[in-house]
Amino acid sequence: MNNARVSGSLRNRLVLTLLGGAALLALLLVLAVRSHAIQVAQEGQDNILLASATSILDSAAIRDGSVQVDIPYAAFSMLSTPADDRLFYAVFQDGQFLSGYAGLELAQAGGDLGPEFRAGHLQGAPVRIIEASRTIIGTEGRRDIQLLLAQTQDALSETLDRISRDAALFGGGFFLLAALLSLAATKATIGPLSRLTASVTRRGPQDLRPFQSAVPREMAPLVTSLNSLMGRLNQTLSQSEDFIAEAAHRVRTPLATVRSRAEATLQRVEKEENREAVRAMIKAIDESSRAAGQLLDHAMITFRADHLERNEIDLAVLVRELTERLAPIADMRDLSLHVKGDPRVQMTGDQILLQNALRNLIDNAMKYGPAESVIEITVTAAPHPQVTIRDHGPGFPADEIETLTSRFKRGRNAAHTIGSGLGLTIALDVATAHGGAIALHNHPEGGACVTLSF
Amino acid sequence: MKFLLVEDNPDLAQAVVSRLRLDGHVIDHAEKLDDASAFVSTGEYDLILLDIMLPDGDGRDFLKQQRARGLDTPVIVLTARSQVSDRVGSLDLGADDYLTKPFDHAELEARCRAVLRRRSGSSKTRVELGGIVFDPVAGSLSVRGTPVTLRNRELRLLELFLNARGQVFSKQKLADRLFSYENDVSENAIEVYVGRLRKHLEHSDLTITTMRGLGYRLDQNE
Repeated sequence: MNNARVSGSLRNRLVLTLLGGAALLALLLVLAVRSHAIQVAQEGQDNILLASATSILDSAAIRDGSVQVDIPYAAFSMLSTPADDRLFYAVFQDGQFLSGYAGLELAQAGGDLGPEFRAGHLQGAPVRIIEASRTIIGTEGRRDIQLLLAQTQDALSETLDRISRDAALFGGGFFLLAALLSLAATKATIGPLSRLTASVTRRGPQDLRPFQSAVPREMAPLVTSLNSLMGRLNQTLSQSEDFIAEAAHRVRTPLATVRSRAEATLQRVEKEENREAVRAMIKAIDESSRAAGQLLDHAMITFRADHLERNEIDLAVLVRELTERLAPIADMRDLSLHVKGDPRVQMTGDQILLQNALRNLIDNAMKYGPAESVIEITVTAAPHPQVTIRDHGPGFPADEIETLTSRFKRGRNAAHTIGSGLGLTIALDVATAHGGAIALHNHPEGGACVTLSF
Repeated sequence: MKFLLVEDNPDLAQAVVSRLRLDGHVIDHAEKLDDASAFVSTGEYDLILLDIMLPDGDGRDFLKQQRARGLDTPVIVLTARSQVSDRVGSLDLGADDYLTKPFDHAELEARCRAVLRRRSGSSKTRVELGGIVFDPVAGSLSVRGTPVTLRNRELRLLELFLNARGQVFSKQKLADRLFSYENDVSENAIEVYVGRLRKHLEHSDLTITTMRGLGYRLDQNE
């Protein structure tokens, strides 16, 4: 049997895609939450910085021609943080440094351009800087006062760290949940496929009924094709069986007519040479009908061997039934069929094929066994189910044992016996189909021995 | 014994009928299942020989119907279909045996005898003559009250002689009836069987006379 070529796995592909998607989504989620948190936190700091700067600028006034900036207490207290962030300020008048921390530098050229935020570094720490200005018109004309206010971001980064941690935890949880969901989804998706596979595999070789159970819409075309394939196979199979049966009928019916006429003629004809001719005719008819029968049997067996029915059968019972059926023929030739061995020999196999193989072997033994002799049939269960058929005839020619099982080969000493030579081939084919073997040898005390073992 | 043959092929039917009549049986012949039903409902038969493919139907259906109606007569199915495919079906339907066409008439007789022996074992066919009691169906012979074991060919030989008392059988004719055509039979073999039967009949009033150049004849001593 041909095994399917395997390229990847639907399950793995689906799981990987879903897990990859979930991971990407979780990462995006974490990044989005974090960037949003940064933005919100920054806006908060900016607002406070703005309020503080505004209140400081509000307190600026011109007294006696010079600019006075009174920094209100509230302006700093509103900026106090749990992390004790440091504050820097610098006041400029018309771009000239007036007071404060000299490390802060004006970025704007001047003029009232509204408050502006920027990031910077002071004393090795990241800071947020607001630059705001106010124009005061006094008696000596207008003065532009610029205020730079900077705050370190320790509290902010602590908050951000916390938010990032929470976001990462959330993202991880999301990923885990998504992974579980994707596994469940994969199982649910692959499930019907696995069930279909199982129900195809479980079927016996003769079971070609269409599948009835409901499948997901996407699988319906597959099942439809499968059903139509099986339908066609079933049709081919039954056509072949019918054909073989019909062919047998067509061949055998006229042969039966001719044979009957010949036999009737033989009853009337008195002259010995005419009788001899009629006898030769009957013999030829028997030979051709047997050959036709065995060819058709062989065709049937070759055909069935591909679709072997495997049932629990008792080989011993089968052999007994068969010998009972063959007893009248044996009786006719004054032969006895003796069955001995184990009473029960269980095996799995195709009953019809096994019957056919054994019938051919016993037929052979009956052909070659001399009148008033015994044909011994031994059935044993251990170590393998086995049937040995021994006659008391001339035995196999020693140099032909090997080639005897080939199709159409007949032993040299078979010249006077009817047979198409297919009997052993049929038995060999049946044995092979059951994973068994056939062995030919001559009994030390004379007679041919055929052993069929499974 | 009374047989019913259901067979549409006239040549085959003719051959079977004439052969079975030679053995002293009475045969009714039906060509169709309709005729067969009529025969079965009006007469009692010891054995039915039934072809499967008949012009008005399948012999197996007929068998099934008749069995359902309680027909108990043994039935041997004649089939030209492949043995592999047909055998199980016909035996399951209540046939006692089956025979694949073309068949050897000796095999037909052997199977009829086996079925009759198995099913009835009746003594209808018993012949009492010249100090012997012979039943060809049961295969039993006793000479002056002593049972004698006969081999099949000896039995057939005695049956042949008894069915045509006073008739002369050539060695070849005997060979044709006793042996199937598979093996070449020497005239010697016939002499052996005749010799044995003579020995079995020693104490009876029956003698097998050798007619030189012609063959053998069974005579009853005065």
